Amino acid sequence: MKQNSMLAMILAGGRGSRLHDLTNKVAKPAVSFGGKYRIIDFPLSNCANSGIDVVGVLTQYESVLLNSYVAAGGRWGLDAKESGVYVLPPREKADAGLDVYRGTADAISQNIDFIDSFSPEYLLVLSGDHIYKMNYDKMLAYHKQQKADATIAVIEVPMKEASRFGIMNTNGVDDQIVEFEEKPANPKSNLASMGIYIFTWKLLRKLLLADMKNPDSHHDFGKDIIPTLLNDDKRLFAYRFKGYWKDVGTIDSLWEANMDLLSPGNELDLSDRTWQIYTEDVDAMPQYVGEGAEIQNAYITQGCVIEGEVKNSVLFTNAKVGAGARVIDSVLMPGVTVGEGAVLNRVLVADNVRIGKGAVVGSPDSENIELVAKNVKEAE
Amino acid sequence: MFKAFGIVNCSSKNIWVEGLQDYRPIGAFSFLGRYRVIDFPISNLSNSGIDRIQVYVNNKPRSLTEHVGTGRHYGINSKSGVLQILFSEERSRNDIYNTDIAAYLENMECINMMHHPYVVIAPNYMIYTCDYSKLIDQHMESGADITLLYHTVDNARDHYLSCNVLNLNKQKGVLSIEPNQGTAKNRSIFMDTYIMKKELFVELVQKAKEMSSAFTLADIVNVECKEMDVRGVAHRGYFASITDFQSYYDANMGLIDLQKAKELFDPEWPIYTHTNNSSPTHYYKTASVKSSVIANGCMIEGSVENSIVGRGCTIKKGAVVKNSIISTDVVIGENVHVENMVVDKHSQLTRIKEIVSDPEHPGYIKRADIL
Repeated sequence: MKQNSMLAMILAGGRGSRLHDLTNKVAKPAVSFGGKYRIIDFPLSNCANSGIDVVGVLTQYESVLLNSYVAAGGRWGLDAKESGVYVLPPREKADAGLDVYRGTADAISQNIDFIDSFSPEYLLVLSGDHIYKMNYDKMLAYHKQQKADATIAVIEVPMKEASRFGIMNTNGVDDQIVEFEEKPANPKSNLASMGIYIFTWKLLRKLLLADMKNPDSHHDFGKDIIPTLLNDDKRLFAYRFKGYWKDVGTIDSLWEANMDLLSPGNELDLSDRTWQIYTEDVDAMPQYVGEGAEIQNAYITQGCVIEGEVKNSVLFTNAKVGAGARVIDSVLMPGVTVGEGAVLNRVLVADNVRIGKGAVVGSPDSENIELVAKNVKEAE
Repeated sequence: MFKAFGIVNCSSKNIWVEGLQDYRPIGAFSFLGRYRVIDFPISNLSNSGIDRIQVYVNNKPRSLTEHVGTGRHYGINSKSGVLQILFSEERSRNDIYNTDIAAYLENMECINMMHHPYVVIAPNYMIYTCDYSKLIDQHMESGADITLLYHTVDNARDHYLSCNVLNLNKQKGVLSIEPNQGTAKNRSIFMDTYIMKKELFVELVQKAKEMSSAFTLADIVNVECKEMDVRGVAHRGYFASITDFQSYYDANMGLIDLQKAKELFDPEWPIYTHTNNSSPTHYYKTASVKSSVIANGCMIEGSVENSIVGRGCTIKKGAVVKNSIISTDVVIGENVHVENMVVDKHSQLTRIKEIVSDPEHPGYIKRADIL
């Protein structure tokens, strides 16, 4: 079914180095989230739900897992005829040597041939490391309505935090963007860029070709492409998004985003059947809750076995909590095993880590969330 | 290409599960909150390397067909593998002719098209794991004409009453197949699982038809075992037969014990199912859950004890669910007390506050009922 004339490209090449050991072996978009998902499930599901048929995923850093993961487009329903998810790592071409993606814009430039083969009218550029639900089709309608050359999704952030973001200054009349400032010391507006762009492809294509040849360019959307568009007096519009949106770039923010799922009626609402987030299927047993278990305020998925206490925590696929163990204010990634009598407070435990019997990890009054990425020995 | 194709058969006229079977064949019954009963035979076939599978349905095919689909989720190869759903109309119309033989005759064309030398026949109403490829090897080595799988039990006097039993000699030769009359506690329960050459299978189907229109495959094998080499192979491990309401309840409840469940669920022998993108389950601050098996997509504010809760259920504040099986998408309202019940899909239990049955005779709430 031909749905709309927009093709999506997801930038998924970054490491996300502030996630430390979590991204030693996988790129940030492949990091697990919310019990059974991976971060990239969010933009991919949004694309599928927005009626986008073709999605390119630009991978680079530690891409083996990510490549095979996203290639199975059927997981998100992106497998109808003329639909698909295409994995696009840097490649050697007949007229150009093999080069890594030098920036976000360069990743698109190096795939102009791929995009052209679908001849889209519009190009949606997304980043693969944010948690949110959004209908891109509505954003496209806004882009068309404004007769825009480029539309950038923005979210209102508290003014005091605005200097952490890329800020769009608008003309104040109809959200036409007049200036873009990356992390301004004295922000003039609180409209933060969400890293979601719709471009009219013909124009962007021209700019990208020029940008490739520009030796002074960083080949980056924020630093180069958007300022060029503004300098050329093109029509750029801010598209205001209301709802849950989170950059899970640090251990603290990743933990926090998981914890957000525990508040009843949370904005992300993963149980909403009208805008589902799809992910891979796993062959796990249902959740087993033992005789001595105590579970309060927790988000738990299939394959988990709970024999101890779990409070204010999120447990991912196949996490196991032994008898007498206490897991409090913590996130257990897939396959984590917590031995009998162990006590966990304010920790994020990485995939498949084993916490030995009786071990005490983290502390209830720590300032930051502790990342536990290595097995913890049994207490003596 | 593997040497056998698989048949997953449905229950005949001797088996009826009160309530649940009004809506779907036993294979489509929800099991342990996450599975359907038919996931077990199909996963066994798929894990055994058999990817030509015929699934027989004799009534209410919708839910089974939707669940089984193309079979991709069972790991069946998308090119060389095929899962066929074969409907038998004759069986649905008239109960006296409701036999497996009638279904095979109706679909003989599809059976003849299978070019595999052997066939494995397994029922859609029994839960066990078995590596059929080993069983086929064993069958070939033994030189037997037919191999039958059985499970030795010590409670046949008041259980397995809709099943057949095998009478075996010391060399595991089958002397006869007969209904379990409940006259002895130690019995070899026939698991309605057969291995034989395809040619012999086709021959037996024809022979059965000539002898009696009401004959089943078990009936004809019972006649032929005097002449043929029919052998029993004992199955070890977990076994449950879903052949009446109590056995459905018992099979589910028995697996709440994780140690027991480990006999059935082996990480090396996955049981596949059709999933539906449910989110994880949310246990609220007021939740209290003990000794239970919970599927994904639930919201639990109340208390759950010694129960199985299926996908997408809501257990409201003050609700108590005890010794019960709650199927998919059920709402248990505030302060509603449910005990010793099987609650079918899409039901909403909100107005009546006490829904309690005698522990010896668990009760049943109809599909999509509002109470």
